[in-house]
Amino acid sequence: MDRYWRPRDLRAALDIRAGEGARPLAGGTDIYPARAHHAAWEGSVAESLLDLSAIAELRTLERDGRHWRLGAGVTWAALRDAALPPGFRALQQAARQVGGRQVQARGTIGGNLCNASPAADGVPPLLLLAAEAVLLSPVGERRLPLDRFILGNRRTVLRDDEILAALLIPAERAEVPSAFVKLGARRHLVISIAMAAADAEGRATIGACSEVAHHWNGEVSPISDIRGSAEYRREAAAEVVSRALTLASAA
Amino acid sequence: MNRVAAPPVTLLVNGETHALSLPPATRLSEALREGLGLTGTKVGCDAGDCGACTVLLEGAQACACLVPLGQCEGARIETVEGIAATPEGQALAERFHAAGAAQCGICTPGMLVAATELLRENPTPSEAEVEEALGGVLCRCTGYRRIVEAVLGTGPAAEEGGVGARLPRTDGAPKLDGTALYGADGAPADALWLRTIRSPHPHARVILGDLEGFARAHPGLRLLTARDVPGRNGYGIYPHIKDQPVLAGERVLYRGDAVAALVGPRDPVLSVPPSALPIAFEVLPALGDPDVALGANAMHTDFPDNVLAEGRVTRGDPVAALAEAAHVVEGTWRTSFVEHAYLEPEAGWARRVGDRVEIWCSTQAPAMDREEVAGVLGLSLEAVRIIPSACGGGFGGKLDAGMQPLLALAAWVTGRPVRAAWTRPESMAASTKRHPARITARAGCDAEGRLLALEFEGIYDTGAYASWGPTVAGRVPVHATGPYRVPHVSARARAVFTHQPPSGAFRGFGVPQAAIAQEALWDRLADACGLDRLEFRIRNALVVGDETATGQVLAHSAGQRPCLEALRPRWNELRAEAAARNAKGGTLRHGVGIAGMWYGIGNTGMSNPSEMRLILEADGTLTFLNGAVDIGQGSSTVLCQIAAEALGVPVSALRHVNGDTDLTPDAGKTSASRQTFVSGRAAMEAALDLRARVLAGRNAAIGWDGKRLTVGGEAFVPAAALEGVGRFDPPTTPLDGEGQGVPYATYGFAAQICALAVDTRLGTVALQRFVAAHDVGRAVNPTLVEGQTHGGIAQGIGLALMEEYIPGRTENLHDYLIPSFGDVPPIECLLVEESEPLGPFGAKGVGEPALVATAPAIFSAIRDATGVEVTRIPALPHRLRAALKEAGW
Ligand SMILES: Cc1cc2nc3c(=O)[nH]c(=O)nc-3n(C[C@H](O)[C@H](O)[C@H](O)COP(=O)(O)OP(=O)(O)OC[C@H]3O[C@@H](n4cnc5c(N)ncnc54)[C@H](O)[C@@H]3O)c2cc1C
Ligand code: FES
Ligand code: FES
Repeated sequence: MDRYWRPRDLRAALDIRAGEGARPLAGGTDIYPARAHHAAWEGSVAESLLDLSAIAELRTLERDGRHWRLGAGVTWAALRDAALPPGFRALQQAARQVGGRQVQARGTIGGNLCNASPAADGVPPLLLLAAEAVLLSPVGERRLPLDRFILGNRRTVLRDDEILAALLIPAERAEVPSAFVKLGARRHLVISIAMAAADAEGRATIGACSEVAHHWNGEVSPISDIRGSAEYRREAAAEVVSRALTLASAA
Repeated sequence: MNRVAAPPVTLLVNGETHALSLPPATRLSEALREGLGLTGTKVGCDAGDCGACTVLLEGAQACACLVPLGQCEGARIETVEGIAATPEGQALAERFHAAGAAQCGICTPGMLVAATELLRENPTPSEAEVEEALGGVLCRCTGYRRIVEAVLGTGPAAEEGGVGARLPRTDGAPKLDGTALYGADGAPADALWLRTIRSPHPHARVILGDLEGFARAHPGLRLLTARDVPGRNGYGIYPHIKDQPVLAGERVLYRGDAVAALVGPRDPVLSVPPSALPIAFEVLPALGDPDVALGANAMHTDFPDNVLAEGRVTRGDPVAALAEAAHVVEGTWRTSFVEHAYLEPEAGWARRVGDRVEIWCSTQAPAMDREEVAGVLGLSLEAVRIIPSACGGGFGGKLDAGMQPLLALAAWVTGRPVRAAWTRPESMAASTKRHPARITARAGCDAEGRLLALEFEGIYDTGAYASWGPTVAGRVPVHATGPYRVPHVSARARAVFTHQPPSGAFRGFGVPQAAIAQEALWDRLADACGLDRLEFRIRNALVVGDETATGQVLAHSAGQRPCLEALRPRWNELRAEAAARNAKGGTLRHGVGIAGMWYGIGNTGMSNPSEMRLILEADGTLTFLNGAVDIGQGSSTVLCQIAAEALGVPVSALRHVNGDTDLTPDAGKTSASRQTFVSGRAAMEAALDLRARVLAGRNAAIGWDGKRLTVGGEAFVPAAALEGVGRFDPPTTPLDGEGQGVPYATYGFAAQICALAVDTRLGTVALQRFVAAHDVGRAVNPTLVEGQTHGGIAQGIGLALMEEYIPGRTENLHDYLIPSFGDVPPIECLLVEESEPLGPFGAKGVGEPALVATAPAIFSAIRDATGVEVTRIPALPHRLRAALKEAGW
């Protein structure tokens, strides 16, 4: 079936998600490209979609007591243009370099995390911020640290009846200046070969150099692919981390 | 569109409210194009990668291909059609037009839309802000610089006039308001869809199952296979090698080979999964490597060693000369498949009209398409009409007939109009590529740095079918020396079959790969002699009176030396700048590189005529019948300028009829940089012929009063139509067994400088500047010449640094990277005009020459910066870093 729902109400969305098993859709910037590949070799896709874009609650970005609450539906453009404390700088710099303006205007942070690509640029900055994922289903809420939310290449703990509602970021972390370094083979519209986020207190995270981005401990387990050899990634990881650390401490 | 009814989605498009009853998951791009007929929004990938579909959604740029229609309920959408109707849009379009910022024009709607968003927020942006704001739209033609200038308003100004004027392109207006119709636009609403079923395997036996059963189960669909082809089931460039099947009957030879065509209403055609088709494959071992293929069983019975073609040039005694040379250097290089990545994937439609068939399609070679379609359907040439659509980029890739025979076949057997548009992955998998080359070469010079000898051996992976392989094998050895005097030469190139995508024609026909080897050798020899690299090239540059390696004496228009000399001041300045920066130390190392190139205009040692007609009708209309298709390079404009100048009227006097095989004579294909030189000369001759008929011996000035031709100031309308006919076939001779002869009537020459910085720790390259000196004989339209230079440099950058097509791995514009905004640095163009007496007003060609020198200039600069020789191409960061590491960085 290829039904399509676009509820305004979060509760209604959760019921559809649980009841119909529809796939959540936010900006569509991962879902539609995958369809293009499918169309070329397999034909068109029939899949029911639950469009989350009309749900205002998912798009908030605000200070909520001891946390910053970053709605899953916040777009890269909203993040990029928001006035935020310096700890968000790495995330904002990442936002500025995701795709072009078109993708930034519609792609969301939630979609980036749920798609769980090893090269997802949102992950290293959010790991650095010790973000927690808030998952909702009709039966309740779960909270998980981001590194337990993403399990592997395109694998998360998200259940078929859940959606990612928001990320919670400890307010004190958001005050530590940070920086982001992305390494790609061209200037715009490029998927990272490696990317790093770091803060002024010496923390660093590294992405695209292991199946899932993680805190920097000097070790990575990269694969070789069209974008770079494993050996290169190992070297580049250390280099981008050191550059991010330098930038963060200069900030 | 016959789809299940859904509640209509209401949206505000360009100020008008529309209710669209389409499934909510429909891409907004499709809804605009198919639902509202707004085909100015282009589709280049359906994946967010190219930005051709950019619209403003609530004022913000969005890729319409990624937005579900259902998400647009109540939304305000602006497309290029709406923007072009506003004063701000018109002003922007005017700047694009003047600057030559739209070449093929397929990216232009996206560019205009993106720039509109920026300029509304920020009417005086910086260059960096323009690049960031437009960075989501790719352009394959312009090299971006002219687009940036157009947005900023700093581009060249438009001029009126004939030869020599910066006339904005004559076919420009519809490209700027979204009305130009490309291959995927304008098919009749009742057209059936055609989906090509392709092999996912590089080599397999095709097993066709129960076709009748499939037909019974799918009454509305038609599955065409090899047995439905009424004529010859094969097409190809060469009359004696029609080896590429329209639909493969027994075996498929590459991933992407066409096996069947599913024809019917769109939705069912697109939704049938391959598993439901009566088609199976028995996978067979594949030859992926030309070195292995050379000794393996023949893929095609006519070519026993898998050698499709071999070209050679031998002159003097290179072995002896190298033994005596003061300095000898050698090396091996390896390049990759390069995809044309025109932003318009192949598209078109066809219909049967009685006993004729008409095909509307994006093509570079309408006359050849006509021959192929006639052969495949078993029809006479007269029964086939090709109407070229606006062409959203070709670069050689739309010289092969690919889609046309399939469309014609489907329209022929169903009796219905049939349309098709290849998806991006399909276009990339199925279409031809630049040949990957493995080159081994050795060269020597004397103690004063005079070149003595070159040995060159190139193996070019020609893939599964012949396509243009023989042309490449023939052209490469002729060009192996580059534009330099080398008395002793032995050069051989072989095109070798493999189970890879067919390698065909791509801007430069194998020469850009060879130039990488040749220029690297010169750098090393210059160093060995202690000579400046530029001076070394000047010392060896071919000049008028020299003999080339094929024994041709260059009688005129050999501008290599002037090109190199024109670069000298910038060379010295840029080198001093790089040295000063390097003196400061750090991870970045600066370098400046130089490379020269020459390029034979037109076919190699073969006839390649063009015919043009200019008619003064009895009603006073002046009609220019021009069969040379403009693929964005600007031939229509240039040919109009030449014809108008030769006749003595302004360009605006000409009614221009382009490409349609029913209406225009055969101008030959748009390839080999030949249209300005060959068709330009024919256009000039046609105009002169008409001029003579009009004047009929009188001695008076011809002019134009705005409506009619004037002779001596008086309006002149002939009693019966007068026709001027011009033909030109450049004088050449075929090459003999040693590669001796006169392969081309004239050559383009060029030299380029590249300045860059290498990040030694990450292996990335930041390009800083190009200075390009091109001898074009005469710049008929300087803006267009610069446009070709910029675009060629951009493609050379891609070839050098990022482009690598790997079947099944980089079949989209996400993984296959072409240069984006910001990857092309500022370019300075120096026009050198060494007049060519055979050319129209002295002109030669520039389409391909623009690209050839770029990659070698980049590698020369990398070597200058770091000492590292790039031999595995493209120099992706990980490869460059590995080479740097080996060199101790
Ligand atoms: C041209 C282009 C360039 C790109 N460049 C980059 C880049 O540089 N870096 C980068 O990291 N990414 C890049 N991307 C990928 C993509 O844009 C991002 O991952 C984006 O953030 C995805 O968000 P979305 O809202 O569009 O996701 P969608 O496509 O809507 O969804 C993605 C996945 O997440 C699921 N999902 C979405 N929201 C939720 C939710 N709230 N709860 C549960 N599941 C959900 C969907 O079901 C789907 O599986 C690029 C994409 C394109 C087309
Ligand atoms: S068609 Fe939408 S980005 Fe290419
Ligand atoms: S003009 Fe930009 S793609 Fe052709």
